[in-house]
Order: sequence, then C-alpha cells, then structure tokens
Amino acid sequence: MVDLTVDLNGLKLKNPVMTASGTFGYGTEYIDFFDISRLGGIVVKGTTLNHREGNPYPRMAETPHGMLNAVGLQNKGIDYFISDIYPEIKDYDTNMLINVSGSTVEEYEEVARKVNELEKIPGIELNISCPNVKEGGMAFGTSCPSAVSVVNAVRKIYKKHLMVKLSPNITNVTEIAHAVEGEGADSVSLINTLLGMAVDADSRRPLLSTVTGGLSGPAVKPVALRMVWQVSQVVKIPVVGLGGIMTATDAVEFMLAGAAAVQIGTANFIDPLVSLKVIDGIEAYCTKHGFSSASELTGAMISE
Amino acid sequence: MKKYIDDFTVVQNRRLNDEYVILTLKLDRELPEILPGQFAEVKVESGVNTLLRRPISIHDVDEKSREIKLLVQEIGEGTRLMGALQEGDTLNLVYPLGNSFSKPQTKEVLLVGGGCGVAPLLYLGRKLKEAGITPRFLLGARSSDGLIALDEYEKVGEVNVTTEDGSVGTKGFVIHHPLMRTDSPVYDHIYTCGPDAMMRVVAKYAGNHNIKCEVSLENHMACGIGVCLCCVTDTVDGHKCTCTDGPVFDSTYLKW
Repeated sequence: MVDLTVDLNGLKLKNPVMTASGTFGYGTEYIDFFDISRLGGIVVKGTTLNHREGNPYPRMAETPHGMLNAVGLQNKGIDYFISDIYPEIKDYDTNMLINVSGSTVEEYEEVARKVNELEKIPGIELNISCPNVKEGGMAFGTSCPSAVSVVNAVRKIYKKHLMVKLSPNITNVTEIAHAVEGEGADSVSLINTLLGMAVDADSRRPLLSTVTGGLSGPAVKPVALRMVWQVSQVVKIPVVGLGGIMTATDAVEFMLAGAAAVQIGTANFIDPLVSLKVIDGIEAYCTKHGFSSASELTGAMISE
Repeated sequence: MKKYIDDFTVVQNRRLNDEYVILTLKLDRELPEILPGQFAEVKVESGVNTLLRRPISIHDVDEKSREIKLLVQEIGEGTRLMGALQEGDTLNLVYPLGNSFSKPQTKEVLLVGGGCGVAPLLYLGRKLKEAGITPRFLLGARSSDGLIALDEYEKVGEVNVTTEDGSVGTKGFVIHHPLMRTDSPVYDHIYTCGPDAMMRVVAKYAGNHNIKCEVSLENHMACGIGVCLCCVTDTVDGHKCTCTDGPVFDSTYLKW
C-alpha cells in the first residue's frame, strides 16, 4: 500500500494531484465524469474583486503540442463567488483553493480579506503571473519589489495556506521564488503560462484578439520542469509543479525534479478523467519502483 | 444534462465528396438522451497540431440501433483525421454538450442551413417530424457539390435549395429564396446554422418580420464544458460561452 498523502507546509492533500486554475472551473463541471473528492485539491478559476468581462473573442489558438489562451480573467467577482459558488462547492472532501488576482495591491488585499472568512477554503493561490491582463497580474510577478509588496500585503491579512503562483516570463525565476518565500508564502506553484503568439499567414492577422497570450500544454513541459527544479533548489517551502502534465509519468518527472505536488491544467480539456489516471499512475509508479510514499518522490532525481 | 465520455465504434464512413464525410458511430450500450442542436467533443489522434478535441455537431441519432452520425467537413488536420477513419476504428467522444434548439410554439417552421451548418438541422427536423410538425428546410451552398446528403433531408421534410452559381435550385444566397423574399412568410419560427454572414441576414429578416429566430454558433473551443472560457460570444448579458450557454442562441440575445 503506497501512502499518497502529501503535506504542503500544513496543507494536507490526500494525494499530490491538484487541478490547475482556469482548467477545471469550480469542479462541479466535472462531477458527471468522476468523483472530484478523489483529487488532492482543486484550484478554482481566477477570481478578482470585481466582475471582469475578460478579453474579446478570439481567445484561443491551437499551436504545436499546445494552446494559447487570452481569456483575461473573466469572472463574476469574489462576492458572486461567495454567494453563488461557495455554497455549492464547500462540502466536497478535497482542498478547494481560490486563485486570486488583482490590478492593485489593495484589490488583492480586499479579496484575501473576504476569502479569509470562508471556513471551507483552506488556501489561496495568489496569481501574480497572469499574462493576459493589461494591468496588474503578471506585472506583479515579474519584478521582485512588486512581488514582495503584494505577497507581503496579503500575508498580513490571510491566515491560511498562501500559495504563490509564479510567472515563467522572467529572467531568473529563483529570485522571485526566494523573495516571496521571504514574505511568508507557504508554497509556490509554477509555471503559469508562457507568453506567446500565433499569426495566421493567410489572413495576415494574429490568432488572438490580444495578439499575445499564454502558452500551455505539452509544449511548455521542459521549461516548466527546468524552473521547478531550479526553484526547488533555492526555497525551503514546497513547490507545486505544473506545465504540460498529460500523464502520470509527466507528474512523476515533476516530483523527481523537486515538486511536492502537481497541478493538471490543459490536459483536463482533452481527457476529463486525466487527473484520476495520474493519481493511479503515481501509485503504480511508487509500487513498481519501491517507494512506500509519494512524498519520497520529491527531489528524488539522481543527478550525479 | 449529464455528460458522458464514451468510445464509439465507426460502423460507416460515407464519403459525400472530396470535402465531406458522414461518420456513423455505434455505442455498445443504450445511448443517453441527446437533444437536437447539441454537439460532441471528438478526440482525434494526437499529433503536432491536434492536441485538443474537435467540437462537431450531432447530425443524426438513431436510438434503436444506438448510432449517432457526425457530418464532418475536412477543413484542417483534425477533421482530415476524422475523414480518414475506417469501419471498426474507435472514436472517443465527450457528449452530449451544449443546450439545444427549443421546441416550437407553432407548426410552421423554417430550418435554414448553409455549408456544414446544415448538420444539426437533420436531427432537429427528425424530432420536429416526430412531434407532428413537417419541417421546411432551406439549404444553401456555393454549388451543387456543396449540397450535402439531400436525400437524408428529403426523407424528413420539404427541401428547398439555393446555390450561388445557380447549378441547382434558386440562384443566390438563402436570403434570395422566395421563402425569404416574401413580406408575408408562412412560418413563424426560424432555426438556422451556417456561416455567420448567412445567419446574420437570416436573423435580420426574422427580426423585420417578428419571427422567432434561433441561431447555432460555431466557435473555437478548448474544453466544450464551460471551464476554459475561450469560446465566448457577445450577448446582451456580456460574454457567454458558446459551449454551455449555446451553441443555440435566440438571435435577439446576441450583440450582432
């Protein structure tokens, strides 16, 4: 019997598999397919203080082994979440984290204050890395002083698990990781999408309304793996790895490189059952390779 | 409505011309209820450019034989892979997705389709016929080659056609057909699916004559189940997902 449980700095997961923000809705969209309480956690859709309409259409383009999106944090705002979504999801037996985004430090604070009151929400994933909004978002996550300011402000208000989602669109990801750890982050998750673009040669037009967007899917996996490995070398807090995970083997690779847990994103669009397959596959891997617990995989890459 | 993920077996790949095929897919158990206007997210073989599922509307359903049909226009790598499927192959579907065409409050209906957009109208027509309403189809294409599987529509209702080159039926677009040139139309509910430009003029005509008009939209999608928020369309209530709030919308709800 393999012990699949993971302890993310106090946040207890029944297994290392979470679903990534923006790819799994509020979880309820998937209950026709499987029992979502089997998941280690669900990071619900990016939520802001106020309602956001998001970017104009087209917002998506398929690219080699991946996809670009430019949704732009469309959501109905934290008050709608609290009144209409929270009652629906709060009793699922899994960790429902809210991905929180904002345009100003004050907005992040305001949302964090409200989420802090939600008894059944054990944590926030602080999104300082969305590439698809004009102001705020990624801007906070691409320089150390601004990342520090927002994490510092939210940490003072938010008492439960604070996971900070890092941007790959940066020269040295370890500096930011180190900085947010210093401000009291309980864990970091990475990577958010890579800034990219696509052009239609026939029409001579960009494929996204915003020209640039966030790249995800298997195409980004080597970059994500590298960054997870680099960050796990320099921080003591747990690292949650994501970026192009399609199979249990991909997930195991992230853990070997240093991730304590993983998130599944784009793969949910292709196979709604993928997370279950990854959970089962991690267990099978542990059995086959003689690991008695999934947490032993973290950083177990042989590098000499 | 409950969504399913199932493996279907390809029992027929009927090639209509060099651009269109009709796939007949069989399930090894009873089909769930599928409503006219709904679609499936189809998993094609993964390749460099075929990571995501393809949204394809349900062309027809035969509950008794546990078969559904998909009309596929080969427009890219994913749909070409579907066109190359052979009898006995397996195809994985997430279905049935989206809302559906509404039940009419009248017996006089017009179903207007263009290009591949004719696909969902066959199943809609069949359901209308079962409800005692004879569907009146108006199907448009560039030329006779683009008029797809007319025999199937003729079995269900009255078929009228237009072609841009005049090779069959009325010359011009659907809006040029006598059914839509009159100021006193005999129908009071239009269902339409096809190119945006076509649906817009059909919706405008409907608006001018106080006719209820439902349009079925096509959009680039990733998930098909309302989580990625990629396939939005502009409505009077802001951005709505084509995959879950649609694909069928009342034309007056859209910001056209």
